[in-house]
Amino acid sequence: MARARSARREQIEKLALYPIDWLEERSGLVGGLKYFLLRKVPRDTNWFHTLGSATLTAFLVQAVTGVFLAMFYKPDPDKAYESIQHITNDVTLGWLVRGMHRWGASVFIILMFFHMARVFLFGAYKYPRELNWIIGVLLLALGMFEGFTGYLLPWDNTAYWATVVGININGTAPFLGPFIAQILTGGAEIGSETISRFYALHMLALPGAMFALIGLHLYLVIRLGVSSPPWSAEAAGAERAEPEPTGRAGLVSPGPRGAVGRPDA
Amino acid sequence: MEPRNGDKPHLPPPSLWPVGFAIGIACTLVGLVVSFPIGFGIGVAITVVFGFLWVRDVTRDYATPPPAPEHHPEPAAEPAPAIPASHGEAALPEPTPEELSTMPRSKFLEGATLGLGAVIGGAVTLPAAGLMILPAFVGQEQDEVDVGPLGNFAEGEWTIVTFLIDPEIGEVSRRTAYVRYNGLLEGKPSFTAVSNRCVHLGCPVQPSGLVQDEKQKKEKGAKGEEIRVIPVEGLSAFGCPCHGGAYDTEGNRTAGPPVRALDRYTFSIRNGRLHLGKTYSVSEVESQGAQALIKRYRLAGPGQHVDGIEKVLYPIQPPGR
Repeated sequence: MARARSARREQIEKLALYPIDWLEERSGLVGGLKYFLLRKVPRDTNWFHTLGSATLTAFLVQAVTGVFLAMFYKPDPDKAYESIQHITNDVTLGWLVRGMHRWGASVFIILMFFHMARVFLFGAYKYPRELNWIIGVLLLALGMFEGFTGYLLPWDNTAYWATVVGININGTAPFLGPFIAQILTGGAEIGSETISRFYALHMLALPGAMFALIGLHLYLVIRLGVSSPPWSAEAAGAERAEPEPTGRAGLVSPGPRGAVGRPDA
Repeated sequence: MEPRNGDKPHLPPPSLWPVGFAIGIACTLVGLVVSFPIGFGIGVAITVVFGFLWVRDVTRDYATPPPAPEHHPEPAAEPAPAIPASHGEAALPEPTPEELSTMPRSKFLEGATLGLGAVIGGAVTLPAAGLMILPAFVGQEQDEVDVGPLGNFAEGEWTIVTFLIDPEIGEVSRRTAYVRYNGLLEGKPSFTAVSNRCVHLGCPVQPSGLVQDEKQKKEKGAKGEEIRVIPVEGLSAFGCPCHGGAYDTEGNRTAGPPVRALDRYTFSIRNGRLHLGKTYSVSEVESQGAQALIKRYRLAGPGQHVDGIEKVLYPIQPPGR
């Protein structure tokens, strides 16, 4: 075969591969990316398994549109509302980016719940994936907190009073409630401290924490493998080399499923 | 593209030409601003010359044919195997077991690194956390607000008074009180000053009565901010639009989710003008108007009980409030 290729073609291929080889030799990133993308998944995964990536995509949309909105938004009680109006009405395509961020927030939350429902109904939270469920719950809580802090930023009457009610609900929690409420408010009453504090949480602290947790979440997905659906005859995360166990399809799950390195499960 | 020297990385020898190249770039940029045609031209020339020299230096490996593999003469004799360090002549005597059992240097360094890291981390984190938390609790006392002469308040009538508790912040600090003048009590004017903050979850309660915007009076505050006094005719109750909390004219809860009576403002009268001060919480009010017996408590957040067993257990009041 090698003979059949022209020398010219070989030269071009070498030229194309050279930068990739250069990068791989110095960082191992190419191999890492291959390991990340080209891994084994159960044969009978289905569309429900894409909900996690869909949620990730929604989060990235929020992150990117949020960066652009932050270039125009002013977290100041006298200017916040005007700056939102400016983004919506004056800035080129501002209505679109703000709309993506505003509606995308709901999409993100809804997709998180769908993803969680899939994991729950498929039993994919069971051994050895319990830790990933816990990280997912933390991500859900942070996502809801993002929604709460972001809701104040338009600084209209809905935003203001919804946040008043939200913080006061916090204040009724036992023991730490009033402290948390007052820390959130940044004082005795909602005002300029509150909006800047919510803005900082919304665009710096929470997304940073979420990026870190998403990284951990994905690491565990790659390490443990994708779980097969409950009706699958194939054990999740098992190596494919072993012969398939027969006569199991359609039966009630015969034992622990999804255990790494347990092809007999 | 592939280096001639096999799989060894391409490591060109050290070269001084980049220095000249950098000077050339600097001359070009300076020349661009200071003396466009001449200085710029000189800079470009220096850059090109030294760039050429540098590239020639770096690519020498590719330009020259690979050197013929040198013939290494066979070593005359196999060298003696190296003596293992533990068997050689020791620079220091072998450590005794007692010496080994004491803290080794690596352990000490490890502990020192972790300890120093903790100290540095704490020194950075504590002030930062303090900045986030403490300002919410200290310096929250508010000044009294002058809301105008007593003549603005007719006896037995309700008014809506709105004012700024902190004119520095602006309109976001505008607060509302429902104020009724109850006439004289033991020779002193008596007022009922109810906060509009619903004690369910903090929405603004509304008056049930005829708000007479056309009779609105405006006063100037200490910093020139606007204080509005709006009479209300026939005020019979207060209601909250958010979740349906309802209160009577003394602020007692009559229906809905609130857990106590409406908060009230302390007030004082100086130079014939009404001043509203801090708010305090009220569990309930007996009787009415000037004769009202107010069960007063420290200010609590909306939704928090101030009487009964909860008063003892909860909420724990944050300091500085």
